[in-house]
Amino acid sequence: MPDDLSPFVLSLKVASISTFFVFIFSLLLARFMARKNFVGRSFVEAFILLPLVLPPTVIGFGLIYLFGINGPLGSLLEEWFGIRIVFTWVGAVIASFVVSLPLMYQSTLAAFEKVDPRWENVARTMGISEWRIFRTITFPLAWPGIFAGLILSFARGIGEFGATLMIAGYIPGQTETVPLAIYFAYEAGQMEKAAFWVVTISALGLAVMSWLNYWRKKNEVRLGRE
Amino acid sequence: MLKVNIRKQLEQFELNADFELDQEILALIGSSGSGKTTLLNCIAGIVQPDHGEISLNGQAFYQKGQKPLKIQKRKVGYLFQDYALFPHFTAEKNILFSLGRNADLSHVNELTRLLGIQKLLGKYPHQISGGEKQRVALARALAAKPDILLLDEPFSALDDATRSRCHDELLRIHELWKIPVILVTHRIADAEELAHRIVRIEKGVMSEQESKQASLL
Repeated sequence: MPDDLSPFVLSLKVASISTFFVFIFSLLLARFMARKNFVGRSFVEAFILLPLVLPPTVIGFGLIYLFGINGPLGSLLEEWFGIRIVFTWVGAVIASFVVSLPLMYQSTLAAFEKVDPRWENVARTMGISEWRIFRTITFPLAWPGIFAGLILSFARGIGEFGATLMIAGYIPGQTETVPLAIYFAYEAGQMEKAAFWVVTISALGLAVMSWLNYWRKKNEVRLGRE
Repeated sequence: MLKVNIRKQLEQFELNADFELDQEILALIGSSGSGKTTLLNCIAGIVQPDHGEISLNGQAFYQKGQKPLKIQKRKVGYLFQDYALFPHFTAEKNILFSLGRNADLSHVNELTRLLGIQKLLGKYPHQISGGEKQRVALARALAAKPDILLLDEPFSALDDATRSRCHDELLRIHELWKIPVILVTHRIADAEELAHRIVRIEKGVMSEQESKQASLL
């Protein structure tokens, strides 16, 4: 077991923060897309889903272009707020956000589309406001799908490697997440350290996915039948 | 009084509806896909007509060229086909959902007693039978004291004994509440037993039966 457990702590921190923002963003986006049909919708969806098919290096390159010191967003962030993205853990959060957004978006959209519109309509005839319908009917009924998306996004965030390496780099103690720790331990011939992180991350992934499957089945029984 | 004079283009035909309804029960009969549910949806505000007007007791629900009245403000009690009970709420929460915390619940207590559903209040929709769901859905549709009641095939999933009991309950409630009721059904027997007026609708065209007996011909 390695002395330094900071890669694990950093991975949890990066994945948690990125999942939080992915959750909020996907919720708004999927809610909008589930209700609206507009010209160019297919293009917008294709753009959101693009990270699923792009090599991580392409995403990393794009992020460096945008958030680099001379990049359009990076220079503004540095000038206005004194925030630097490249070679910091914030860069890892952004990389994690970009790669996990398509998973969360797809799950959330599918979950919203699965909610029978009759439930929303019957609530409207009962005089219930749109916000209360969303809060008490749509969201709770879509929750199993949304929650599954959250778990997948978190897992994707924990496992993110390529884009993270490009934008956040490998700085032990600062940007060293578990996948980076595995790669660089292997490169350095520290097989025990690499194996420890491999086993840890695999066990975590297996536990989370098993629990998710159990939880989803349990909730489908409760919500799937009227 | 409900006044409906609308046109709505559907895929296969145009729905033409022109009728007035006082505090009576009107049965809308016709084959599947003839425009019955669309007509109810237009009155409820879920679907907007293309032309014409809908008003209830002088209040315009829809008038061509003007912004339609929001669904939430129409005070419509709508019992959907298959009931559409909220699956994550108990029967009690389904019924009380539209009422504020400080609302007077005496009429709801009366409703639950009248419909014989007091023992079901703590149960979820998947734990009760079709007939019980129908009664819970009816209580829910009436809980907010609507000005009009729309019933879409409310008895289709019920056995004969339950259907007969539900008929009695509906007639009793109408006797007490005195509001316009539109009952969509494909069963002429239901219409005969419950309605003051029967209207046949086929491919969007409505024709009122001269007498209840005429609908049997």
